[in-house]
Amino acid sequence: MKNWLKDLRYWLQENLFFSYKNSILSVVAGLFLFWLAYQLVNWFFLQAVWVGTIEDCRIHQEGACWPFVQVRISQFLYGFYPSEERWRVNIILFIFFAGIGLLVYERTPYRGKIVFFMLCVFPLLSWLVLRGGILWLTDVPTGRWGGFMLTLVLASVSIVSSLPLGILLALGRRANSLPFVKAFCVVFIEFWRGVPVITVLFATAFMLPLFLPASVNFDQLLRAMVGFILFSSAYMAEIVRGGLEGLQRGQYEASDALGMSYWQSRTRVILPQALKLMIPGILLTIIGLFKDTTLVLIIGLLDFLGMIQAGIADPRWGSPNVPFTGYAFAAIVYFCFCYSMSIYARYIEHKFSEGRERR
Amino acid sequence: MTSEKEVVVEISQLHKSFGSFTALNNVSLEVKKGERIVICGPSGSGKSTLIRCINRLEVPDKGRIVVDGVTLSDDVKAIEGIRRNVGMVFQQFNLFPHLTVLENCTLAQIWVAKKSKAAAEKTAEHYLERVHIPEQMHKYPGQLSGGQQQRVAIARALCMEPKVMLYDEPTSALDPEMISEVLDVMVEFADTMTTVCVTHEMGFARKVADCMIFMDAGQIVESSDPATFFTNPKSERTKLFLSQILEH
Repeated sequence: MKNWLKDLRYWLQENLFFSYKNSILSVVAGLFLFWLAYQLVNWFFLQAVWVGTIEDCRIHQEGACWPFVQVRISQFLYGFYPSEERWRVNIILFIFFAGIGLLVYERTPYRGKIVFFMLCVFPLLSWLVLRGGILWLTDVPTGRWGGFMLTLVLASVSIVSSLPLGILLALGRRANSLPFVKAFCVVFIEFWRGVPVITVLFATAFMLPLFLPASVNFDQLLRAMVGFILFSSAYMAEIVRGGLEGLQRGQYEASDALGMSYWQSRTRVILPQALKLMIPGILLTIIGLFKDTTLVLIIGLLDFLGMIQAGIADPRWGSPNVPFTGYAFAAIVYFCFCYSMSIYARYIEHKFSEGRERR
Repeated sequence: MTSEKEVVVEISQLHKSFGSFTALNNVSLEVKKGERIVICGPSGSGKSTLIRCINRLEVPDKGRIVVDGVTLSDDVKAIEGIRRNVGMVFQQFNLFPHLTVLENCTLAQIWVAKKSKAAAEKTAEHYLERVHIPEQMHKYPGQLSGGQQQRVAIARALCMEPKVMLYDEPTSALDPEMISEVLDVMVEFADTMTTVCVTHEMGFARKVADCMIFMDAGQIVESSDPATFFTNPKSERTKLFLSQILEH
């Protein structure tokens, strides 16, 4: 016990109070952090209205208004998906999270098959189940999808499709022996990178139909997805290119010298190594994409944040603390998702380098 | 070396320049089956470029290279076929850091030579034993010393059972105390293998070379048997180079 105290005192002296100026800064910063933490706890918990109605929220305005979230939570999750059909969403969400859980845990048997299922079968299955219109499932047009479910659908589809596309684009951009492929990739990447994502969404939502014959009328959500995929694959491509260029030339030469073909060397030697270099960049794009999906708001689709905003705009819930509560709730949920992704990415990065380098 | 032996590599009138720098200027060379050729020369003389042209890691501007009866061209399949029969060891080892030593040795066997995993591992174990590092099989390259890594690189090339081995300054990146362990392994294999080696290790050259080649400024200045080369070189340039490198 004594030792522990001694260590703490030593640590404090070394890090917080090693000089006169340093001590002042430590005290000021410490007081500020304490004040901030107190304010947050106070607002979120101590002064918050936990149960009740909007009337209670109007009376106790100095804290969060949790009844707002409680009443609206199913809309935040499902949007305007018909309530008697929400079991379909639940099933899909369950498979989604179960699949991810199984894949994150490393000793799961048949991981390869699960990956195949999640990447190839599951997206189709989800589309059929959520959209309905086949068998006895009633048709639920994508205009009624919304809330967190829409966020997940958009983000996961864009993320999963943009990585392979990005890899192909990056390889194409480096293919000096195929000038047309290279030129196409360069133009494609630079175009999508040079355009704001909002423009892309507008273009795919409102301009695409102008170019297509009137009979071809595909779904608003699909159009938004295409926009996101094109946009994010250009970003992925640049990250992958960075990873490819970070590798020593010797790796390319060694695999060539062994007689490996272009694709053998790329899939067995180059990409596995480049991928490790790319993880931080890929994560950045994925998190960016996850949050950017909110922009579908401007083409009339209401994702998680969109639903929360719609709830805030409801005059029956007019109270100064309601908007804060809604946005705070959104921030917490987004943070939890993004932060867990970044923890997992750091873990993967660490695992890749384990035992392979001399330390 | 008698002239009726089969020619494995035939290089004629090779030219290569990088921008305004001429790396190879009208170089011709024949490598016969079982022959061991050592190429030396000052840096920038084009010796690495020459052997890198043999498996087309460099594309020559002009000239003709025939390896094992196949003329090198832009035909990707032909190039891959030739590379399968030509093993190369690099100055910087270039092992694959994300694979274990064993996997480094089996990768090309499985994917290029289409061997079964078991057969590939057997061959790999055999060669790793012959380069004296079977016990490091399951480690990653980053955990080995430079000398060990280079011996793995030699084993990796040999696993493909090539007809010719190319060594591109295999000991230049090594700490002095590790040079001999790599050279010893190279000597062992040189007996049974057609070898072209770029090196400044004259002790090794004396021991194994059938033919010494001295290059300077992109040209072959002198080409002779080692006895003549070391005791009675014809060109002044060779004499100067040898005096610098041997006195050192």
